[in-house]
Amino acid sequence: MADGILVKDLNAWFGTLHVLHDIGLAIAPKAVTAIIGPSGCGKSTFIRCLNRMHEVVPSARVSGTVLVEGANLYAPGVDPVEVRRKIGMVFQRANPFPTMSAFDNVAAGLRLAGMRNRAVLNDAVERALTHAALWDEVKDRLDKPGSSLSGGQQQRLCIARALAVEPEVMLMDEPCSALDPIATAKIEELILDLRKDLTIVIVTHNMQQAARVSEATGFFLLGELVEFGVTRELFTNPRDKRTEDYITGRFG
Amino acid sequence: MSALTAGSALAVVLPLILLFGFLLHQGASAVNVDFFTRLPKPVGEAGGGMANAIVGSLILIALAAALGLPLGILGGVYLTESRDPRLPWLIRFVADVLNGVPSIVIGIFAYTVIVLPMRRFSALAGGVALAVIMLPIVLRTTEEMMRLVPASLREAALALGLPEWKVILRVVLPTARAGIITGVMVAIARVAGETAPLLFTAFGNRFWHQRLDQPIAALPLQIFAYAIAPFDDWHRQAWAGALVLIALVFLVSLAARIATRGRYSAVR
Repeated sequence: MADGILVKDLNAWFGTLHVLHDIGLAIAPKAVTAIIGPSGCGKSTFIRCLNRMHEVVPSARVSGTVLVEGANLYAPGVDPVEVRRKIGMVFQRANPFPTMSAFDNVAAGLRLAGMRNRAVLNDAVERALTHAALWDEVKDRLDKPGSSLSGGQQQRLCIARALAVEPEVMLMDEPCSALDPIATAKIEELILDLRKDLTIVIVTHNMQQAARVSEATGFFLLGELVEFGVTRELFTNPRDKRTEDYITGRFG
Repeated sequence: MSALTAGSALAVVLPLILLFGFLLHQGASAVNVDFFTRLPKPVGEAGGGMANAIVGSLILIALAAALGLPLGILGGVYLTESRDPRLPWLIRFVADVLNGVPSIVIGIFAYTVIVLPMRRFSALAGGVALAVIMLPIVLRTTEEMMRLVPASLREAALALGLPEWKVILRVVLPTARAGIITGVMVAIARVAGETAPLLFTAFGNRFWHQRLDQPIAALPLQIFAYAIAPFDDWHRQAWAGALVLIALVFLVSLAARIATRGRYSAVR
């Protein structure tokens, strides 16, 4: 993972609607990259292109290259299932599987991929939950439904579920937008901890959050990448007038 | 306003309560051990039971379920998952039409394609006729219940690097399970009471059933035959048969609910 992720000439469509225009950027490995921009600017679509989730929507289409460890995700013959195994994703709303216990939620990725060994599963679940800073809170109620946890715990459960399959990259699509400030602070702390082992790309509406957790930030507007650079510089000394307007709240 | 809605709700339940009470009143006296263990007596002799018809109905329902449920559920999965622009629409339309076809017409269909070539009435033909009646109900319920499963669950499972068929089988279907079971129960309850499609397929049988390619007794057929006969004893047994039929449907529903009860279920 020394190369990070290199995106070149990325375009994406929903039917005839062109939602991403010629995106190109380099995402550093083992660091946090934030994607900011107003609603509908294509930032979610962008990260969904990084693990081939965009194409799950009927009529959605992608062109361009996304190089991970030098290999193009969109090369012919690449199995999207393999891509998603290496590049995990956490969504805006916590979405634990409602038919499964907390334990089974975290074990789902491994178990449904064929792992039966109970000891291995126990181990992986404990590791993932510890990693997601949730183990101490749920270790006594692992057999309760995942949906019985609080909103913030559910989101960390979903992070643990994604971590359990040991991805190299974690994509986070506004992971805190449905959470209160305390739960948000916990997730942010977690992101700073995960960065030691993982490459993280986080979409956020919250500019303070981007400033707090990320090394690099990209600003999207109307499907274009307006500016991409070191977070501190982008926020204190934006090169583009549109970035300045957005981060100072003078937009529109 | 609340009195009006409560009254309406009560009016919906009332016929069922009255029906059940009336059946109990008329048929309970004929429900005894003999009814469940004996074959019908020859015409003119009192007593006897409907053991063969009870077992026959169970066999017919099992046959219909074995044929109709896998097809209906898999077809429902196809309707939810397919991205083809035309075929699912066509299947949905045909299924809805099939759902509205009078059951006697489906009996004629089974008669034509199974009874005539085999040259005999059979349990098999009855099972097929009932399966055809179950199919559209199971198909459409499965589809609708799977559509109720939030897309976010499907996406979460896909993002774990699971192949699509596993996501459907292990995440989407289990989440929709309770709703699908309800649909299956509705379908079973519907076919359990069907009489018309069995008239010239299963045909009825006054003795124990031997083989699937032989005519078979069924509760609705027996009730029909006894109800139009001129004997008071047979009338009483027909009432008892109706009572047992309702109890049977109730028990099958209950058993299936308990047997397939998950610890947690989302869609009800």
